Amino acid sequence: MNSTTTLDWTTICPLDRLEPDRGVAALVDGVQVALFRTADGLFAIDNRDPVSGAYVLSRGIVGSRGGVPTVASPLHKQVYDLHTGRCLDLPGVAVARHDARCRDGLVEVRLRREG
Amino acid sequence: MSGDLVVIGNGMVGQRFVDALRARDPQGRWRVTVLGEESRAAYDRVRLSAFFDGVSESDLNLHTPHDGVRVRLGEPATAIDRDRRVVTTAVGEYHYDALVLATGSYAFVPPVPGAELPGVFVYRTLDDLAAIRAYADGRRVGAVIGGGLLGLEAANALRLLGLSTDVVEFAPRLMPVQVDQAGGAMLRRYVEELGVRTHLGVATTAIRPGPDGAVAALELSDGSAVDAELVVVAAGIRPRDELARTAGLPTGPRGGVLVDGTCRTADERIWAVGECAAVDGTCHGLVAPGYATAEVVADRLVGGAATFPGADTATKLKLLGVDVASFGDAHGTTPGCLDVTFTDPATRAYAKLVLSDDAHTLLGGVLVGDASAYPTLRASVGGPLPAAPLALLAPDGGGADAGALPATAQVCSCNAVTRGDVDAAIADGCADVPALKACTRAGTSCGSCVPMLKQLLDAAGVAQSTALCEHFDVSRRELFEIVQVRGIRTFSRLVAEHGRGRGCDICKPVVASILASLGSGHVLDGEQASLQDTNDHFLANLQRDGSYSVVPRIPGGEITPEKLIVIGEVARDFQLYTKITGGQRIDLFGARVEQLPLIWRRLVDAGFESGHAYGKALRTVKSCVGETWCRYGVQDSVGLAVALELRYRGLRAPHKIKSAVSGCARECAEARSKDFGIIATETGWNLYVGGNGGFRPRHADLFATDLSTEVLIRLIDRFLMYYIRTADRLQRTAGWIEAMDGGLDHLRAVIVDDSLGLCADLDAAMARHVSSYSDEWRDVLDDPDRLRRYTSFVNAPDVPDPSITFALERGQPVPVRDRQPVALGLPEVRR
Ligand SMILES: Cc1cc2nc3c(=O)[nH]c(=O)nc-3n(C[C@H](O)[C@H](O)[C@H](O)COP(=O)(O)OP(=O)(O)OC[C@H]3O[C@@H](n4cnc5c(N)ncnc54)[C@H](O)[C@@H]3O)c2cc1C
Ligand code: SF4
Ligand code: FES
Repeated sequence: MNSTTTLDWTTICPLDRLEPDRGVAALVDGVQVALFRTADGLFAIDNRDPVSGAYVLSRGIVGSRGGVPTVASPLHKQVYDLHTGRCLDLPGVAVARHDARCRDGLVEVRLRREG
Repeated sequence: MSGDLVVIGNGMVGQRFVDALRARDPQGRWRVTVLGEESRAAYDRVRLSAFFDGVSESDLNLHTPHDGVRVRLGEPATAIDRDRRVVTTAVGEYHYDALVLATGSYAFVPPVPGAELPGVFVYRTLDDLAAIRAYADGRRVGAVIGGGLLGLEAANALRLLGLSTDVVEFAPRLMPVQVDQAGGAMLRRYVEELGVRTHLGVATTAIRPGPDGAVAALELSDGSAVDAELVVVAAGIRPRDELARTAGLPTGPRGGVLVDGTCRTADERIWAVGECAAVDGTCHGLVAPGYATAEVVADRLVGGAATFPGADTATKLKLLGVDVASFGDAHGTTPGCLDVTFTDPATRAYAKLVLSDDAHTLLGGVLVGDASAYPTLRASVGGPLPAAPLALLAPDGGGADAGALPATAQVCSCNAVTRGDVDAAIADGCADVPALKACTRAGTSCGSCVPMLKQLLDAAGVAQSTALCEHFDVSRRELFEIVQVRGIRTFSRLVAEHGRGRGCDICKPVVASILASLGSGHVLDGEQASLQDTNDHFLANLQRDGSYSVVPRIPGGEITPEKLIVIGEVARDFQLYTKITGGQRIDLFGARVEQLPLIWRRLVDAGFESGHAYGKALRTVKSCVGETWCRYGVQDSVGLAVALELRYRGLRAPHKIKSAVSGCARECAEARSKDFGIIATETGWNLYVGGNGGFRPRHADLFATDLSTEVLIRLIDRFLMYYIRTADRLQRTAGWIEAMDGGLDHLRAVIVDDSLGLCADLDAAMARHVSSYSDEWRDVLDDPDRLRRYTSFVNAPDVPDPSITFALERGQPVPVRDRQPVALGLPEVRR
């Protein structure tokens, strides 16, 4: 997998293409990103589930735990904090998170260079 | 210690001994040989009578195979040679370094004339019961000699077999060993109301044949006679000590292999356990003391120092529908003891407590008619009373709470577990009854102590929370009622009015399922779409690599060649891995999201529908070919299976639901391992409920017999709807029935006798389901909005997910397993 990262915003799709509280997968410079539209705003994290290695996080159920917005892996149900990417069930596990915003009705994502 | 160990007898205690030894000797230092006289491996003799309630042989099975243990059934030991240290059977010799006798007892038949006539039986083994059942066929009157525990069980069995029944007891009351005169009188009233006639204080002087040479009547010592075409002798048991006697081992004063408190005989290599052992001279005819001897010997054989803790002769039974319990010094033989008795003619409960002379210490008691206070009372024997005597005996047992017991009180006497043990396990983190059972073994035998385990959890402040998750404080069942009564149709309104936060992967699918059960449109409509987990969201099953599997419905497992060819063509064209499932259909694996609609277009055009393999819903109704082809079949099992599968397809539930139909009692469709299973009879159908395979396999219980197809379907309709309304999240039907107050009887009352007045409502709900069903996949294909979500990448719909790749294995595609999954334990279990 190409692991190039970029500091530029990439346009993904119109906002209304995202269903509330549901995710989609997007391909940004070869990186699979899971993109969510929730009542707390837009979130982007890596689509790869670090526990199973499968690219499925965009298909998890969106919700909240103790007030923070979350997504649960659809494979083994570990829950991730959408703000930080941290796994709330397994200490030390996290997914990379990226920036997401809406400009003129279009959703944009900017990959983050980790570490 | 190690070497060759021979166990003679594979009954309840012999089996428990082997289990206990294997648990203590994991390296297998003892090589074990078990010799069993019966052709069956160990079974639950205590529940023997359940055989007449439709419980099968395999339900009673107690045998677990172990490594390093060989079991030779149908091969009784015939002699013990103590010098050469060998046990002889008809076919061979077995050397031993240690020998354990677990030969149990035999039924004692008093030497009255006629005891050997055809039609006279004893009541000890499954073979005995099978013979009684066969002989009872076509006969009308029976009698039982003996009015004790076994005699009353046998009387009930005859009643269930349709015989009019007399019981003859030599003592002046029924169950003379367990209950006192007043308790016996109450018991007699119950028993006679069921149509069983009792003859007390008389002996049987002869058993008389009729003209055909088979038994026809009993003659009694008062000069009267009783008609009886079938006689069961239940006049007591005698220990089977014949092998030991012949081998020159000492026996007890009233028989039994004499052993000391370590269960060792006079020969240091020979031990005895269970009913055949006379521990310090006394034989015990109950299973709990037998289990205690098994544990002692297992411990000794690995170098331990256990001794027999003394016998608890407490018993609680349901005989002919009457609860009877007796414990401790039930007959008040302790010098100076006091009685407190309580008789309630209205509820017809009788209770007696025996107290020490200062009225502070509980010594024993008898309960007839209502035994709800039994677990706590039994555990309190020898200690201070947990509450005032009358409060304890009040009909609801209200004052009897395990929370008041001292730490030394034995909560589970079957497994010798004290309150202190249970409290320690709770402190170590056991938070519910299943955890306590696994950890302490309490509650795993007769089960009568389970209510106390719950009380102890409560007393320890372990909240048995029914909250679904952090967003809802109520259980699924309560949520169902809220949604139904308030007419709420969206998750956002429900969580705003009755919960908090934004929901999660636990409550959202639960609400989605409730809304679906209440008929709120397509599962992917509007907001409901966001509640579904990925399987329901894509109407397919997510697999480990992120691809999906596709399962078209094949009702009853019946499929035409044309349709089979279509499945083959689709699998070939999309390069899918195919496998036949246990539910008699075909699973197609390895589909990418964007392929799902293309695959389903072809399947729907060929007449297939969604198989709901992805949903908590009815999966399949399996069937055997039945009378159409099979020479044994008595009904059209395939026809019924197809009809049922079509009726209940798409029905959403708290968990998956499986079913099967067998065309005769040979049960080739394995219907008894299903949530609801149907087995054909000559005249109709038998319905079984609450079975499942999987992690904790369980046979379904017989619910109703010889039903017409119409009545059968009505009962299943109600069963399913009641389950959907009242079960908890992820609770299969088995757990749901187990957790129900009153269990199967309650379920029968609700859906057969309409005790809650719910049936009309349940019937209407099922009628709505049947008439509003439509195929979820066809609906998706017709709707461009829904089709949009089947894309690989929202900004690159033409790029397939590059992470999904396949290798070939045995000629079919399988996921490439080159990813390095993070090695981690299972996620924390959340509620
Ligand atoms: C109908 C009924 C109801 C009961 N209800 C209760 C109850 O409610 N509560 C309770 O506590 N107890 C009850 N009991 C008693 C309970 O079943 C026994 O206490 C228990 O089964 C004793 O176990 P055991 O292993 O010692 O003997 P068993 O279970 O009798 O097993 C002994 C086995 O050894 C075999 N055997 C004998 N000789 C040989 C030989 N030479 N070679 C090889 N094998 C041999 C026998 O065939 C038998 O299979 C009931 C018994 C019956 C019959
Ligand atoms: S269950 Fe009976 S009818 Fe069905 S296949 Fe087996 S033997 Fe034949
Ligand atoms: S008392 Fe029988 S299982 Fe606990």
